[in-house]
Amino acid sequence: MTQRLIGRRSLLGGLTLGAGGLLLSGCDKLNASPDVRSVLKQAEQLHYRSQRRVAGNALAREYERADMSPIFRVNGNARPTAPDYLDQAMRNFADWRLVVDGLVARPLALSLSDLGSFPQRGQITRHDCVEGWSAIGKWQGPQLASILRAAGMSSRANFLVFHCADTSGGVPYYESIDINDAFHPQTILAVLMNDHRLPIPHGAPVRLRVERQLGYKHAKFVMRVEARERIDNLYLGKGGYWEDRGDYAWYAGI
Amino acid sequence: MDAAPDKAAPGPVTDPVGGDLVKRHGLATRLWHWANAGALIVMLMSGLMIFNAHPRLYWGEYGANPDPAWFEIGARGDRGFARLGRVEVETTGLLGVWRDKAGAVQRRAFPHWATIPSGYSLADARIWHLAFAWLLSLGLALFMIASLFNRHFKRDLTISRAEVRPSHVWHDIKQHARLRFPTGVEALRYNILQKISYAAVIFVLLPLVILTGLTMSPAMASGWSWLLDIFGGRQSARSLHFIATVGLAGFTVLHLVMVMLGGQYNEVRSMISGWYRLPKDRAIGEKEPLR
Repeated sequence: MTQRLIGRRSLLGGLTLGAGGLLLSGCDKLNASPDVRSVLKQAEQLHYRSQRRVAGNALAREYERADMSPIFRVNGNARPTAPDYLDQAMRNFADWRLVVDGLVARPLALSLSDLGSFPQRGQITRHDCVEGWSAIGKWQGPQLASILRAAGMSSRANFLVFHCADTSGGVPYYESIDINDAFHPQTILAVLMNDHRLPIPHGAPVRLRVERQLGYKHAKFVMRVEARERIDNLYLGKGGYWEDRGDYAWYAGI
Repeated sequence: MDAAPDKAAPGPVTDPVGGDLVKRHGLATRLWHWANAGALIVMLMSGLMIFNAHPRLYWGEYGANPDPAWFEIGARGDRGFARLGRVEVETTGLLGVWRDKAGAVQRRAFPHWATIPSGYSLADARIWHLAFAWLLSLGLALFMIASLFNRHFKRDLTISRAEVRPSHVWHDIKQHARLRFPTGVEALRYNILQKISYAAVIFVLLPLVILTGLTMSPAMASGWSWLLDIFGGRQSARSLHFIATVGLAGFTVLHLVMVMLGGQYNEVRSMISGWYRLPKDRAIGEKEPLR
């Protein structure tokens, strides 16, 4: 006992405790390291590729009326503050137009009744927030695919960007999806929610539904749909408001 | 006696006795053990941060703030609480309301020392959690394949009918409670309590935590909609994910306690190099030393 101040056993025990302490304080250092983050974020590509393989063109589950959430909670911006938007809202969006532009042969400016003249798709689906909660509601509107066909989208377009009326910290909300999701049958521009005109807190007049991804991809208050070849030259380069500012994954299928 | 590793290796030691150094863990087991240990710690701590984003659990397909939660961690003013069903306990200082490293009061479910990262960031926690999920899942899959080929499962984890006799299980429980662990060559074989807990982790808890994790992914739940059916909906899967995590954390604590009681130097060495010194047989009437 006396000949060795630190025995092998206590050394090992000490190392274990030390490693634990190092782990706790080290994690934040690792988390802040751009190299570590870039390695960890490679997983997003794995998710994208493997999930596209597994899910293919499969539909998200559609539910019955009886399965719907009694109350569908509001999340994100509940009311844009832009005077132009509020003005449109006062007039029930009668003069409002959805702009469809970018890499299209025929740029469009669609009124709510124009949107209603496209074949409508209604779906009762589950909305999964990145925070962990889910709510089931009914959404109805034209498929994005029919609008993109009407606009004659160029084959050079790889992404659709949704420019929104709401702002956070002075920056407008925006999101983007790829062609695969844009032409998925359940990807619609919802104008009705639970059989009523989309309420303002849920994104009036138009909200994107992209059912196989998390809630932050479902842009509310959509003012403009832009077809683009690239998104790395859009705002800060990651393709969406939260992707650019909070480092959320662009691919939000998981 | 001292059987040096080079003398005993390779191949099975014939009739080893207490005190002998013997090969105990195969390479696949050792590699997986440490990869898994790292993955589980990162998954647990980043998972607790993800839970902090919405510290409520539900049953069924949907569940959000207006819906009834069966479990919740929260804050009312300066008091933190955890509620399970109707039972609520105050957890101020530990859960719901606690002080961060700078001493500032925070109102989040799990405290800074339990989460990755320590400061609130759902995005960062997801980056860690979803990357290490691959290590956890692929690690388990590879370990399972290797353990079929090297016969680890058949040799060490197969439970015989005699072992599950209530009298035998009860005997093992009593031996454990008295901290009387097998000695000599007996220590090389997993006893029934070890077999049950290892099998529960490998074949129940880890597959459960992985599959319920996949169920929460909206894309996976579209491609493999049977996931929603077997777990009874996305919010049920999220609840089961949390429950499986509690099970895995509980196993880890128990496992570490048993390693200490079994002699941490010998046990940790056997999981690093594979070599394990068989505990010496007890002399009759000798009091069992704790280490």
